Amino acid sequence: MTQGLKGFFIIVIFWFVGEAISMLMQNFLPGNVIGMVLMFASLQKGWIREESVSAASEFLAKNMTIMFLPPGVGLMVAYEILGKHWLPITLATILSTMLVLVIVGKMSDKKTK
Amino acid sequence: MRQLITSEPFLIFITIACYYIGCKINNRFHKAITNPMLIAIVLLIATLSILDIDYETYEQGSHIISLLLGPTVVALGYLLHKQIKYIRGNEKAILTAIGVGSVVGVLSVVGICMLFGCPEEIWLSMEPKSVTMPIALGISGRSGGLLALTAVVVFVCGVFGSIIGPWLLRKVGVKSRVAQGLAMGAAAHGVGTGEAMKMGQLEGAVAGMAIGLMGIATAIVVPIVEIFIK
Repeated sequence: MTQGLKGFFIIVIFWFVGEAISMLMQNFLPGNVIGMVLMFASLQKGWIREESVSAASEFLAKNMTIMFLPPGVGLMVAYEILGKHWLPITLATILSTMLVLVIVGKMSDKKTK
Repeated sequence: MRQLITSEPFLIFITIACYYIGCKINNRFHKAITNPMLIAIVLLIATLSILDIDYETYEQGSHIISLLLGPTVVALGYLLHKQIKYIRGNEKAILTAIGVGSVVGVLSVVGICMLFGCPEEIWLSMEPKSVTMPIALGISGRSGGLLALTAVVVFVCGVFGSIIGPWLLRKVGVKSRVAQGLAMGAAAHGVGTGEAMKMGQLEGAVAGMAIGLMGIATAIVVPIVEIFIK
């Protein structure tokens, strides 16, 4: 098995386990995020080697933009609701983004260099 | 003919082709507005409209592409593993800042939408707006949001945050380089990280790490918030 396929195999196992746990907790957290945390923890603990997943992970991460296109094209059916509520959507996006910037920046400013 | 243009290979072909054109245009002009994703979405919608293919047909035919979001989110665990070293020694302060930032980010969106009396699906789609796209789509899908609205809001949030971020952080007196990178990644995900890289290598690396942490934090915050207000 090539390194890339082996890495993909490991990723799919984590994905599956994540989905299984998500199902057990009645979909409280998205399964793929649980899989991500499991992958992170396993790498930190040294249960799996970095090299075994690096090629597949980097391939997926580098090419992920194309995966946003099918959901994004949903605009052709969602534009109506977006147009109807454009003001709160715009306001919420702007204000909330600024709040996150200031809060995260300020809260970590004194403790870090 | 009809069968041919609604077949999976054709729908996957136009998806990759539109993305390819988007990348080509972006390489030429390099502006926020020539973002490859934005161009590709506009081109795809135009193509589908001309060929009279409805969204449901397209979504089913291109399913194999969006399905890859699952393993891609898992792969982000590898990237986080590579970057986590930047919080050593500051774990508590950084994790607290990200946690509070995530809670405020979600609550402020929900609050503003409720103030305007928006339907539920609007704020369900917007809750993960500061989160990197693959995780945001996962969170929104779980909540029952409109994925298209999530995609647009996440994109706008990234562009807006990366433009206003460096100025706003200076204005409120955030001096630490780690804190600046952290704020850029937490508020404006990948686009903010690109901007943080211009501020310096450390800022860029910390921002990249903040993306993963913000994604995990928000995935946990959203269902908890929904218990109280749904």
